[in-house]
Amino acid sequence: MMYTEKVMEHFKNPRNMGEIPDADGVGTVGNPVCGDLMTIYIKVKDNRLEDIKFKTFGCGSAIATSSMITELAKGKTLEEAMKITRANVADELGGLPPVKMHCSNLAADALHAAIEYYNKKRKAADEVKK
Amino acid sequence: MDHAAGKPVDSRVAEAMLPYMKTFYGNPSSLHQFGQEARKALEDARTKIAELVNAERKESIIFTSGATESNNMAIKGVANRNKDRGTRIITSSIEHMSVVNTCKFLTTKGFEAVFLPVDNYGFVKLESLEKELTDKTVLVSIVYANGEIGTIQPMKEISKIVHSKNAYLHVDATAACGQVPIDIKEEGIDLLTISSNGTYGPKGIGALYIKEGIRVEPLLHGGGQERGLRSGTENLPSIVGFGKAAEIAKNEMQPEGERLIRLRDRLIDGLLKPIPYSFLNGHPTRRLPDNVSVRYSFIEGESMLLSLDMMGVAASSGSACTAKTLEPSHVLLAIGLKHEEAHGSLMFTLGRQNTEEEVDYVVSLMPSIVKRLRAISPLTPKELNK
Repeated sequence: MMYTEKVMEHFKNPRNMGEIPDADGVGTVGNPVCGDLMTIYIKVKDNRLEDIKFKTFGCGSAIATSSMITELAKGKTLEEAMKITRANVADELGGLPPVKMHCSNLAADALHAAIEYYNKKRKAADEVKK
Repeated sequence: MDHAAGKPVDSRVAEAMLPYMKTFYGNPSSLHQFGQEARKALEDARTKIAELVNAERKESIIFTSGATESNNMAIKGVANRNKDRGTRIITSSIEHMSVVNTCKFLTTKGFEAVFLPVDNYGFVKLESLEKELTDKTVLVSIVYANGEIGTIQPMKEISKIVHSKNAYLHVDATAACGQVPIDIKEEGIDLLTISSNGTYGPKGIGALYIKEGIRVEPLLHGGGQERGLRSGTENLPSIVGFGKAAEIAKNEMQPEGERLIRLRDRLIDGLLKPIPYSFLNGHPTRRLPDNVSVRYSFIEGESMLLSLDMMGVAASSGSACTAKTLEPSHVLLAIGLKHEEAHGSLMFTLGRQNTEEEVDYVVSLMPSIVKRLRAISPLTPKELNK
């Protein structure tokens, strides 16, 4: 098998899989044309990621990296979560095959997109209040 | 169930090979009796392979290192040696990479390559062939049946068109040979790539049939073996094994083909009927007996492969994610699938050892695998996840 045990474990039992209907932020990256598409949903409370869920179309590593990032990010502050990189995700999984490093390791990007979405939304709301 | 990627060597083949590693290790070019014994074994194997494809004479069979070399030799060899007949090469958009990349390479050497479209079943569009076939066309190279989708081409019709313009027809029968009857004379084939492993023979050996009178430039120059067309001391144990494999394939083709077709259709039915948004790739009946290629919407092939692998089932996918490149299979795109449909494809290639119980086991696994992955996928319509 080309994948580490950790990757296979997350593929078999993905953590935090699903949607958050009233999410504070949603980030989608990838493209089904390339074979990978992932969406991350976040719920924010007191500047922390109170809840995080994912949905992914893609190969084993796409599903495993999505699952892993939800574990890494849950409970972190938004600033801490923004610092999680693709490399962190791959390292936590014990490494990914080289061909997967680019196309199927988009989970960090999806998380960042969800947080940016949340920040923008909050900023817009603040301005309305002003 | 991934026999297209590699087949076991038939035990009868392995047994036939052994003496040619231990006892009869002579060089077929030597005049002494050890050499002459080797020569006899070599020519016996050649006869058996000629019989498998109904070649008019055994001398038309040239041994190579495998299908990739045979395809290279046919295309480069004919093109380079027959420039006076034209510099246009026509092939299809569902060829093996050893045909695709050889044709592409020749475009850097003054040749012109045309890749014919196929229809949704994977049949080469004959009207396109007629349109593209000019007096300048030296060679047309078409796969007998593509190994990914299994579609068997109407070779007789193709050869009639090709010969109407005096071009040569090369056919890559790597996936088909040994599975379905191929008749060089009846089907009008000028050059034929034959695989050993495809017939349960050893890897690293293959053959090219070249019709008498066609000039071919060799790829390898040297001691002049194989009528000067393929130099290098003959790989006798593998050639003997290939010959034995061809003999067995010829004798057992009909009952084994019927058995595989029953298993194939049982597997196709079982994979598609219980699962919504599932489709067959290729043609329902005009397909190789061993080939099952299906696709499921909203999910990706490699994750299906991994799920099957965890349950002890080996299959193959149309998704690039398992391969070295990022693009999905050019064959699946050529039959008109969208990228995401190609990514959602799954292939099984059945073999001699597969049983009905194994087919039923795969069928029993698939609904829950698809359901689980669809629950994870953001593309799945909500009502499907209920």
